[in-house]
Amino acid sequence: MKILLLLGYWILVIIMGLLYMGIARKVTARIQNRYGPPFYQAFLDVLKLFSKRETASHGVMHSLGPVIAFAGISTTLLFLPLGKGAPILHFQGDLFVFLYLIVIGPLGMALGAGESNNPNATIGIARALSLMLGYEIILFMATLPVFVHFKTASIYEVILKQGAFPNWAGIKFPLSMLGGLIALQGLLGEKPFDQPIAPHEIASGPMVEYGGKYLGLLQLWHAVGIIVETGLFIDVFFGPQNILWFFLGTFIAFMLAVVINAVMPRFRIEQAIRFYWGVPLLLVVLGILQYYLWR
Amino acid sequence: MGLFKISQGRSLWMVHFCTGCGAVEMPPTMTSRFDMERFGIAPMATPRQADVLLITGYLTVKTLKRVIMVYEQMPTPRYVIGFGSCTVNGGIYWDSYNVIKNLDLYIPVDLYIFGCMPRPESILDAFLKLRKMIEEGKANKWKDYIERYDWYKQNQAKLFDVNKWRVQK
Ligand code: SF4
Repeated sequence: MKILLLLGYWILVIIMGLLYMGIARKVTARIQNRYGPPFYQAFLDVLKLFSKRETASHGVMHSLGPVIAFAGISTTLLFLPLGKGAPILHFQGDLFVFLYLIVIGPLGMALGAGESNNPNATIGIARALSLMLGYEIILFMATLPVFVHFKTASIYEVILKQGAFPNWAGIKFPLSMLGGLIALQGLLGEKPFDQPIAPHEIASGPMVEYGGKYLGLLQLWHAVGIIVETGLFIDVFFGPQNILWFFLGTFIAFMLAVVINAVMPRFRIEQAIRFYWGVPLLLVVLGILQYYLWR
Repeated sequence: MGLFKISQGRSLWMVHFCTGCGAVEMPPTMTSRFDMERFGIAPMATPRQADVLLITGYLTVKTLKRVIMVYEQMPTPRYVIGFGSCTVNGGIYWDSYNVIKNLDLYIPVDLYIFGCMPRPESILDAFLKLRKMIEEGKANKWKDYIERYDWYKQNQAKLFDVNKWRVQK
Protein backbone atom coordinates (compact mmCIF):
# COMPACT_ATOMS: atom_id res chain seq x y z
CA MET A 1 0.00 0.00 0.00
CA LYS A 2 2.78 2.35 0.96
CA ILE A 3 4.60 1.50 -2.26
CA LEU A 4 1.54 2.48 -4.33
CA LEU A 5 1.21 5.70 -2.37
CA LEU A 6 4.87 6.43 -2.98
CA LEU A 7 4.48 5.78 -6.70
CA GLY A 8 1.50 8.12 -6.96
CA TYR A 9 3.31 10.78 -4.96
CA TRP A 10 6.34 10.46 -7.18
CA ILE A 11 4.47 10.59 -10.50
CA LEU A 12 2.45 13.60 -9.33
CA VAL A 13 5.61 15.47 -8.36
CA ILE A 14 7.36 14.65 -11.66
CA ILE A 15 4.34 15.82 -13.67
CA MET A 16 4.04 19.04 -11.69
CA GLY A 17 7.79 19.67 -11.95
CA LEU A 18 7.81 19.25 -15.73
CA LEU A 19 4.75 21.48 -15.99
CA TYR A 20 6.51 24.18 -13.96
CA MET A 21 9.55 23.93 -16.24
CA GLY A 22 7.39 24.35 -19.33
CA ILE A 23 5.50 27.30 -17.89
CA ALA A 24 8.80 28.85 -16.81
CA ARG A 25 10.03 28.77 -20.42
CA LYS A 26 6.80 30.38 -21.59
CA VAL A 27 6.99 33.11 -18.92
CA THR A 28 10.64 33.83 -19.75
CA ALA A 29 9.71 34.11 -23.41
CA ARG A 30 6.87 36.53 -22.71
CA ILE A 31 9.20 38.72 -20.63
CA GLN A 32 11.65 38.77 -23.52
CA ASN A 33 8.81 39.74 -25.89
CA ARG A 34 8.76 36.35 -27.63
CA TYR A 35 5.88 33.94 -28.10
CA GLY A 36 7.58 31.00 -26.42
CA PRO A 37 7.15 27.22 -26.65
CA PRO A 38 3.91 25.48 -25.63
CA PHE A 39 3.55 24.81 -21.89
CA TYR A 40 3.96 21.04 -22.43
CA GLN A 41 7.34 21.45 -24.13
CA ALA A 42 9.23 19.94 -21.18
CA PHE A 43 7.27 16.68 -21.51
CA LEU A 44 8.16 16.46 -25.21
CA ASP A 45 11.83 17.13 -24.45
CA VAL A 46 12.04 14.37 -21.84
CA LEU A 47 10.16 11.92 -24.06
CA LYS A 48 12.51 12.68 -26.94
CA LEU A 49 15.60 12.32 -24.78
CA PHE A 50 14.47 8.87 -23.63
CA SER A 51 14.01 7.78 -27.24
CA LYS A 52 17.59 8.57 -28.24
CA ARG A 53 20.57 6.27 -28.37
CA GLU A 54 24.00 7.24 -27.13
CA THR A 55 26.90 6.59 -29.49
CA ALA A 56 29.70 6.52 -26.92
CA SER A 57 30.27 5.62 -23.31
CA HIS A 58 32.55 7.12 -20.71
CA GLY A 59 32.50 4.28 -18.22
CA VAL A 60 30.26 2.94 -15.50
CA MET A 61 30.38 5.87 -13.10
CA HIS A 62 29.44 8.28 -15.86
CA SER A 63 26.24 6.32 -16.44
CA LEU A 64 25.55 5.90 -12.74
CA GLY A 65 25.93 9.61 -11.93
CA PRO A 66 22.43 10.65 -13.09
CA VAL A 67 20.95 7.59 -11.38
CA ILE A 68 22.55 8.59 -8.07
CA ALA A 69 21.34 12.16 -8.49
CA PHE A 70 17.79 11.05 -9.28
CA ALA A 71 17.73 8.49 -6.48
CA GLY A 72 18.99 11.14 -4.04
CA ILE A 73 16.25 13.60 -4.89
CA SER A 74 13.59 10.86 -4.86
CA THR A 75 14.68 9.88 -1.34
CA THR A 76 14.49 13.52 -0.28
CA LEU A 77 10.94 13.56 -1.60
CA LEU A 78 9.94 10.98 1.03
CA PHE A 79 10.44 13.57 3.77
CA LEU A 80 8.56 16.37 2.04
CA PRO A 81 4.98 16.97 3.22
CA LEU A 82 2.74 18.07 0.34
CA GLY A 83 0.42 20.21 2.43
CA LYS A 84 -0.96 18.95 5.72
CA GLY A 85 -1.12 15.27 4.71
CA ALA A 86 1.68 13.29 6.33
CA PRO A 87 4.69 12.57 4.16
CA ILE A 88 5.83 8.98 3.63
CA LEU A 89 8.47 9.31 6.35
CA HIS A 90 8.54 11.72 9.24
CA PHE A 91 10.19 11.68 12.62
CA GLN A 92 11.87 14.05 15.03
CA GLY A 93 14.93 15.44 13.23
CA ASP A 94 13.93 14.73 9.65
CA LEU A 95 14.95 18.29 8.75
CA PHE A 96 18.60 17.33 9.13
CA VAL A 97 18.16 14.19 7.02
CA PHE A 98 16.43 16.35 4.42
CA LEU A 99 19.24 18.90 4.34
CA TYR A 100 21.82 16.12 4.01
CA LEU A 101 19.96 14.25 1.28
CA ILE A 102 19.38 17.35 -0.85
CA VAL A 103 23.16 17.52 -1.38
CA ILE A 104 23.33 14.03 -2.91
CA GLY A 105 22.07 15.27 -6.28
CA PRO A 106 25.00 17.59 -7.04
CA LEU A 107 27.41 15.02 -5.57
CA GLY A 108 26.07 12.27 -7.84
CA MET A 109 26.45 14.56 -10.81
CA ALA A 110 29.98 15.43 -9.67
CA LEU A 111 30.93 11.75 -9.58
CA GLY A 112 29.43 11.12 -13.01
CA ALA A 113 30.71 14.23 -14.74
CA GLY A 114 34.14 13.76 -13.19
CA GLU A 115 34.67 10.54 -15.08
CA SER A 116 34.05 12.11 -18.48
CA ASN A 117 37.31 14.07 -18.11
CA ASN A 118 35.89 17.00 -19.99
CA PRO A 119 37.44 20.24 -18.66
CA ASN A 120 34.12 22.08 -18.97
CA ALA A 121 32.44 19.49 -16.78
CA THR A 122 35.17 19.78 -14.17
CA ILE A 123 34.83 23.57 -14.07
CA GLY A 124 31.04 23.22 -13.77
CA ILE A 125 31.36 20.79 -10.87
CA ALA A 126 33.89 22.99 -9.08
CA ARG A 127 31.49 25.92 -9.45
CA ALA A 128 28.48 23.92 -8.26
CA LEU A 129 30.24 22.72 -5.13
CA SER A 130 31.65 26.17 -4.34
CA LEU A 131 28.23 27.76 -4.78
CA MET A 132 26.83 25.24 -2.31
CA LEU A 133 29.14 26.79 0.28
CA GLY A 134 27.16 29.99 -0.20
CA TYR A 135 23.51 28.98 -0.18
CA GLU A 136 23.57 25.96 2.15
CA ILE A 137 24.70 28.08 5.09
CA ILE A 138 22.06 30.72 4.40
CA LEU A 139 19.33 28.12 3.95
CA PHE A 140 20.16 26.38 7.19
CA MET A 141 20.44 29.59 9.22
CA ALA A 142 17.19 30.90 7.73
CA THR A 143 15.21 27.85 8.84
CA LEU A 144 16.86 27.78 12.27
CA PRO A 145 14.68 30.35 14.15
CA VAL A 146 11.50 28.72 12.83
CA PHE A 147 12.48 25.30 14.11
CA VAL A 148 13.67 26.68 17.44
CA HIS A 149 10.47 28.68 17.79
CA PHE A 150 8.22 25.65 17.29
CA LYS A 151 10.55 23.47 19.39
CA THR A 152 10.75 20.68 16.84
CA ALA A 153 13.13 19.46 14.13
CA SER A 154 10.53 17.87 11.90
CA ILE A 155 9.16 19.63 8.82
CA TYR A 156 5.80 17.96 9.23
CA GLU A 157 5.45 19.07 12.87
CA VAL A 158 6.32 22.62 11.90
CA ILE A 159 3.39 22.67 9.50
CA LEU A 160 1.04 21.23 12.13
CA LYS A 161 2.11 23.68 14.83
CA GLN A 162 2.24 26.66 12.52
CA GLY A 163 -1.40 26.66 11.42
CA ALA A 164 -3.04 28.90 8.85
CA PHE A 165 -2.64 32.47 7.63
CA PRO A 166 -1.84 34.89 10.47
CA ASN A 167 0.48 32.41 12.19
CA TRP A 168 2.81 31.93 9.25
CA ALA A 169 6.45 31.72 10.19
CA GLY A 170 7.19 33.88 7.18
CA ILE A 171 5.24 36.71 8.84
CA LYS A 172 6.79 36.14 12.25
CA PHE A 173 10.33 35.99 10.86
CA PRO A 174 10.31 38.16 7.71
CA LEU A 175 14.08 38.63 7.67
CA SER A 176 14.75 34.89 7.75
CA MET A 177 12.11 34.38 5.07
CA LEU A 178 13.83 36.92 2.84
CA GLY A 179 17.20 35.22 3.39
CA GLY A 180 15.63 31.87 2.58
CA LEU A 181 14.20 33.31 -0.62
CA ILE A 182 17.66 34.44 -1.74
CA ALA A 183 19.10 31.03 -0.87
CA LEU A 184 16.31 29.45 -2.92
CA GLN A 185 17.47 31.33 -6.00
CA GLY A 186 20.88 29.66 -5.70
CA LEU A 187 19.40 26.29 -4.82
CA LEU A 188 17.29 26.36 -7.98
CA GLY A 189 20.32 27.46 -10.02
CA GLU A 190 18.55 30.42 -11.57
CA LYS A 191 20.32 33.60 -12.56
CA PRO A 192 22.29 35.37 -11.09
CA PHE A 193 23.43 32.04 -9.58
CA ASP A 194 23.57 29.80 -12.66
CA GLN A 195 27.36 29.58 -12.88
CA PRO A 196 27.41 25.74 -12.70
CA ILE A 197 25.48 25.34 -15.96
CA ALA A 198 26.48 28.51 -17.82
CA PRO A 199 25.79 27.46 -21.42
CA HIS A 200 27.61 30.39 -23.05
CA GLU A 201 30.84 29.98 -21.11
CA ILE A 202 31.33 26.33 -20.30
CA ALA A 203 28.89 24.53 -22.63
CA SER A 204 26.32 23.48 -19.98
CA GLY A 205 29.00 22.51 -17.46
CA PRO A 206 28.56 19.13 -15.76
CA MET A 207 26.00 18.12 -18.38
CA VAL A 208 28.40 18.64 -21.29
CA GLU A 209 29.04 14.93 -21.90
CA TYR A 210 25.50 13.82 -21.07
CA GLY A 211 23.00 13.23 -23.82
CA GLY A 212 20.07 10.96 -24.57
CA LYS A 213 18.71 8.96 -21.65
CA TYR A 214 21.19 10.30 -19.14
CA LEU A 215 20.15 13.85 -19.89
CA GLY A 216 16.51 12.74 -19.70
CA LEU A 217 17.13 11.42 -16.21
CA LEU A 218 18.87 14.66 -15.27
CA GLN A 219 15.85 16.60 -16.55
CA LEU A 220 13.60 14.52 -14.30
CA TRP A 221 16.03 15.19 -11.46
CA HIS A 222 15.67 18.90 -12.10
CA ALA A 223 11.87 18.60 -12.27
CA VAL A 224 11.63 16.84 -8.91
CA GLY A 225 14.30 19.17 -7.51
CA ILE A 226 12.17 22.24 -8.29
CA ILE A 227 9.28 20.88 -6.22
CA VAL A 228 11.50 19.66 -3.38
CA GLU A 229 13.45 22.89 -3.08
CA THR A 230 10.56 25.34 -3.33
CA GLY A 231 8.51 22.87 -1.26
CA LEU A 232 10.92 23.10 1.66
CA PHE A 233 10.68 26.88 1.57
CA ILE A 234 6.88 26.89 1.43
CA ASP A 235 6.52 24.19 4.09
CA VAL A 236 8.76 25.95 6.57
CA PHE A 237 7.63 29.53 6.10
CA PHE A 238 4.04 29.33 4.90
CA GLY A 239 2.66 26.12 6.44
CA PRO A 240 0.42 24.96 3.56
CA GLN A 241 -2.88 23.53 4.83
CA ASN A 242 -3.67 21.29 1.86
CA ILE A 243 -2.15 20.02 -1.36
CA LEU A 244 -3.63 22.77 -3.56
CA TRP A 245 -2.20 25.41 -1.29
CA PHE A 246 1.15 23.64 -1.42
CA PHE A 247 1.32 23.59 -5.22
CA LEU A 248 0.10 27.18 -5.46
CA GLY A 249 2.81 28.24 -3.04
CA THR A 250 5.60 26.35 -4.80
CA PHE A 251 4.39 27.71 -8.12
CA ILE A 252 4.51 31.31 -6.89
CA ALA A 253 7.95 30.82 -5.30
CA PHE A 254 9.31 29.24 -8.49
CA MET A 255 7.81 31.89 -10.76
CA LEU A 256 9.40 34.57 -8.61
CA ALA A 257 12.77 32.90 -9.19
CA VAL A 258 12.06 32.60 -12.93
CA VAL A 259 11.09 36.25 -13.26
CA ILE A 260 14.28 37.31 -11.50
CA ASN A 261 16.17 34.87 -13.73
CA ALA A 262 14.76 36.46 -16.88
CA VAL A 263 16.07 39.95 -16.16
CA MET A 264 19.38 39.19 -14.46
CA PRO A 265 22.90 38.77 -15.79
CA ARG A 266 25.25 36.24 -14.21
CA PHE A 267 27.62 36.72 -11.28
CA ARG A 268 31.16 35.42 -11.47
CA ILE A 269 31.53 32.53 -9.05
CA GLU A 270 33.54 34.41 -6.44
CA GLN A 271 31.12 37.34 -6.66
CA ALA A 272 28.22 34.96 -6.03
CA ILE A 273 29.80 33.51 -2.89
CA ARG A 274 30.82 36.94 -1.64
CA PHE A 275 27.25 38.09 -2.22
CA TYR A 276 25.88 35.21 -0.16
CA TRP A 277 28.26 35.92 2.67
CA GLY A 278 27.21 39.57 2.68
CA VAL A 279 23.61 40.76 2.69
CA PRO A 280 21.75 37.40 3.01
CA LEU A 281 24.02 36.33 5.86
CA LEU A 282 23.25 39.58 7.65
CA LEU A 283 19.52 38.99 7.07
CA VAL A 284 19.51 35.50 8.53
CA VAL A 285 21.70 36.50 11.50
CA LEU A 286 19.27 39.34 12.22
CA GLY A 287 16.47 36.77 11.91
CA ILE A 288 18.07 34.64 14.62
CA LEU A 289 18.66 37.73 16.80
CA GLN A 290 15.03 38.71 16.30
CA TYR A 291 13.95 35.40 17.77
CA TYR A 292 15.96 35.99 20.94
CA LEU A 293 15.20 39.71 21.35
CA TRP A 294 11.46 39.95 20.51
CA ARG A 295 10.32 36.53 21.58
CA MET B 1 6.34 4.54 -31.00
CA GLY B 2 4.15 7.23 -32.52
CA LEU B 3 4.46 9.35 -29.43
CA PHE B 4 8.24 9.11 -29.62
CA LYS B 5 8.17 10.23 -33.28
CA ILE B 6 6.01 13.23 -32.43
CA SER B 7 8.24 14.21 -29.52
CA GLN B 8 11.32 13.88 -31.73
CA GLY B 9 9.79 16.16 -34.31
CA ARG B 10 8.57 18.78 -31.87
CA SER B 11 11.67 19.11 -29.78
CA LEU B 12 14.66 19.82 -32.01
CA TRP B 13 17.82 20.90 -30.27
CA MET B 14 20.48 22.13 -32.63
CA VAL B 15 24.17 22.74 -32.74
CA HIS B 16 24.70 25.57 -35.19
CA PHE B 17 28.12 25.22 -36.67
CA CYS B 18 28.66 28.84 -37.61
CA THR B 19 31.28 28.49 -40.30
CA GLY B 20 30.23 31.07 -42.86
CA CYS B 21 28.71 34.51 -43.26
CA GLY B 22 25.16 33.03 -43.31
CA ALA B 23 25.41 32.61 -39.55
CA VAL B 24 24.45 36.24 -39.17
CA GLU B 25 20.86 35.22 -39.87
CA MET B 26 20.75 33.05 -36.75
CA PRO B 27 20.40 35.79 -34.07
CA PRO B 28 17.16 37.25 -35.52
CA THR B 29 15.80 33.73 -35.95
CA MET B 30 16.40 32.93 -32.29
CA THR B 31 15.40 36.22 -30.69
CA SER B 32 12.16 38.06 -30.39
CA ARG B 33 11.38 38.85 -34.03
CA PHE B 34 11.26 35.29 -35.39
CA ASP B 35 11.50 33.35 -32.07
CA MET B 36 12.36 29.80 -33.13
CA GLU B 37 11.74 28.49 -29.60
CA ARG B 38 8.01 28.54 -30.23
CA PHE B 39 8.46 25.44 -32.39
CA GLY B 40 10.48 23.74 -29.66
CA ILE B 41 13.78 24.49 -31.39
CA ALA B 42 16.51 25.48 -28.98
CA PRO B 43 20.23 26.08 -29.44
CA MET B 44 22.47 23.69 -27.52
CA ALA B 45 26.06 24.21 -26.59
CA THR B 46 27.26 20.64 -26.92
CA PRO B 47 26.88 17.98 -29.65
CA ARG B 48 25.97 15.28 -27.11
CA GLN B 49 22.63 16.96 -26.46
CA ALA B 50 21.84 17.96 -30.03
CA ASP B 51 19.49 16.48 -32.61
CA VAL B 52 20.13 18.81 -35.52
CA LEU B 53 23.46 19.90 -36.92
CA LEU B 54 22.98 23.18 -38.75
CA ILE B 55 25.90 24.04 -40.99
CA THR B 56 25.69 27.68 -41.90
CA GLY B 57 27.75 28.23 -44.98
CA TYR B 58 31.04 27.37 -46.61
CA LEU B 59 33.21 24.60 -45.21
CA THR B 60 36.93 24.44 -45.71
CA VAL B 61 38.78 21.17 -45.52
CA LYS B 62 39.99 22.10 -42.07
CA THR B 63 36.53 22.87 -40.65
CA LEU B 64 35.01 19.82 -42.34
CA LYS B 65 37.17 17.63 -40.09
CA ARG B 66 35.66 19.31 -37.04
CA VAL B 67 32.15 19.03 -38.45
CA ILE B 68 32.60 15.29 -38.87
CA MET B 69 33.88 15.00 -35.31
CA VAL B 70 30.84 16.90 -34.05
CA TYR B 71 28.45 14.86 -36.18
CA GLU B 72 29.80 11.53 -34.98
CA GLN B 73 29.37 12.54 -31.32
CA MET B 74 25.65 13.23 -31.63
CA PRO B 75 23.22 10.60 -30.26
CA THR B 76 21.52 8.73 -33.04
CA PRO B 77 18.29 10.00 -34.39
CA ARG B 78 20.33 12.91 -35.74
CA TYR B 79 19.72 15.25 -38.63
CA VAL B 80 21.80 17.62 -40.71
CA ILE B 81 20.59 20.80 -42.38
CA GLY B 82 22.84 22.43 -44.95
CA PHE B 83 22.33 26.17 -44.98
CA GLY B 84 23.01 28.39 -47.99
CA SER B 85 24.32 27.84 -51.49
CA CYS B 86 27.84 27.22 -50.25
CA THR B 87 26.89 23.86 -48.80
CA VAL B 88 25.14 22.85 -52.03
CA ASN B 89 27.73 23.65 -54.63
CA GLY B 90 30.41 25.86 -53.13
CA GLY B 91 28.46 29.04 -53.87
CA ILE B 92 30.68 31.98 -54.57
CA TYR B 93 33.67 29.90 -53.50
CA TRP B 94 33.27 27.46 -56.38
CA ASP B 95 36.80 28.01 -57.63
CA SER B 96 38.46 28.11 -54.26
CA TYR B 97 41.25 25.63 -53.56
CA ASN B 98 40.16 24.60 -50.08
CA VAL B 99 36.38 25.03 -49.88
CA ILE B 100 34.39 21.84 -50.34
CA LYS B 101 31.72 21.93 -53.02
CA ASN B 102 29.23 19.25 -52.10
CA LEU B 103 28.51 18.65 -48.44
CA ASP B 104 26.56 15.43 -48.82
CA LEU B 105 29.56 13.57 -50.13
CA TYR B 106 31.04 13.76 -46.65
CA ILE B 107 28.12 13.70 -44.21
CA PRO B 108 24.48 12.81 -44.94
CA VAL B 109 22.33 15.92 -45.36
CA ASP B 110 18.59 15.68 -44.71
CA LEU B 111 17.63 19.09 -46.02
CA TYR B 112 19.19 22.00 -47.83
CA ILE B 113 18.15 25.61 -47.50
CA PHE B 114 18.90 27.53 -50.70
CA GLY B 115 19.85 31.15 -50.96
CA CYS B 116 22.81 33.33 -50.26
CA MET B 117 22.01 34.04 -47.51
CA PRO B 118 18.60 32.48 -46.63
CA ARG B 119 16.18 34.61 -44.70
CA PRO B 120 14.95 33.63 -41.19
CA GLU B 121 11.58 32.63 -42.65
CA SER B 122 13.22 30.02 -44.82
CA ILE B 123 15.21 28.68 -41.87
CA LEU B 124 12.01 28.21 -39.90
CA ASP B 125 10.38 26.71 -42.99
CA ALA B 126 13.20 24.18 -43.24
CA PHE B 127 12.79 23.22 -39.60
CA LEU B 128 9.06 22.73 -40.05
CA LYS B 129 9.72 20.55 -43.12
CA LEU B 130 12.21 18.54 -41.07
CA ARG B 131 9.60 18.14 -38.35
CA LYS B 132 7.13 16.83 -40.91
CA MET B 133 9.71 14.43 -42.31
CA ILE B 134 10.51 13.11 -38.83
CA GLU B 135 6.87 12.58 -37.97
CA GLU B 136 6.33 10.71 -41.24
CA GLY B 137 9.47 8.66 -40.62
CA LYS B 138 11.29 9.98 -43.69
CA ALA B 139 14.30 11.66 -42.06
CA ASN B 140 16.48 8.57 -42.16
CA LYS B 141 19.75 9.87 -43.51
CA TRP B 142 21.56 9.02 -40.27
CA LYS B 143 20.92 5.35 -41.00
CA ASP B 144 22.45 5.87 -44.41
CA TYR B 145 25.64 7.10 -42.74
CA ILE B 146 25.85 3.85 -40.78
CA GLU B 147 25.04 1.62 -43.76
CA ARG B 148 27.36 3.31 -46.26
CA TYR B 149 30.01 4.28 -43.74
CA ASP B 150 32.82 3.05 -46.00
CA TRP B 151 31.67 5.21 -48.89
CA TYR B 152 31.55 8.35 -46.74
CA LYS B 153 34.91 7.57 -45.14
CA GLN B 154 36.43 7.06 -48.60
CA ASN B 155 35.24 10.45 -49.77
CA GLN B 156 36.53 12.06 -46.60
CA ALA B 157 39.87 10.33 -46.91
CA LYS B 158 40.27 11.54 -50.50
CA LEU B 159 39.90 15.09 -49.24
CA PHE B 160 42.06 14.76 -46.15
CA ASP B 161 44.87 12.93 -47.91
CA VAL B 162 47.70 15.37 -47.28
CA ASN B 163 50.13 13.73 -49.71
CA LYS B 164 47.68 14.05 -52.59
CA TRP B 165 47.49 17.78 -52.05
CA ARG B 166 51.26 18.07 -52.00
CA VAL B 167 51.56 16.25 -55.32
CA GLN B 168 49.00 18.52 -56.96
CA LYS B 169 50.88 21.62 -55.92
S1 SF4 C 1 25.84 30.84 -49.11
FE1 SF4 C 1 26.30 33.01 -49.20
S2 SF4 C 1 25.83 33.75 -47.15
FE2 SF4 C 1 26.03 31.53 -47.01
S3 SF4 C 1 28.16 31.18 -46.45
FE3 SF4 C 1 28.03 31.07 -48.66
S4 SF4 C 1 28.55 33.13 -49.35
FE4 SF4 C 1 28.02 33.29 -47.18
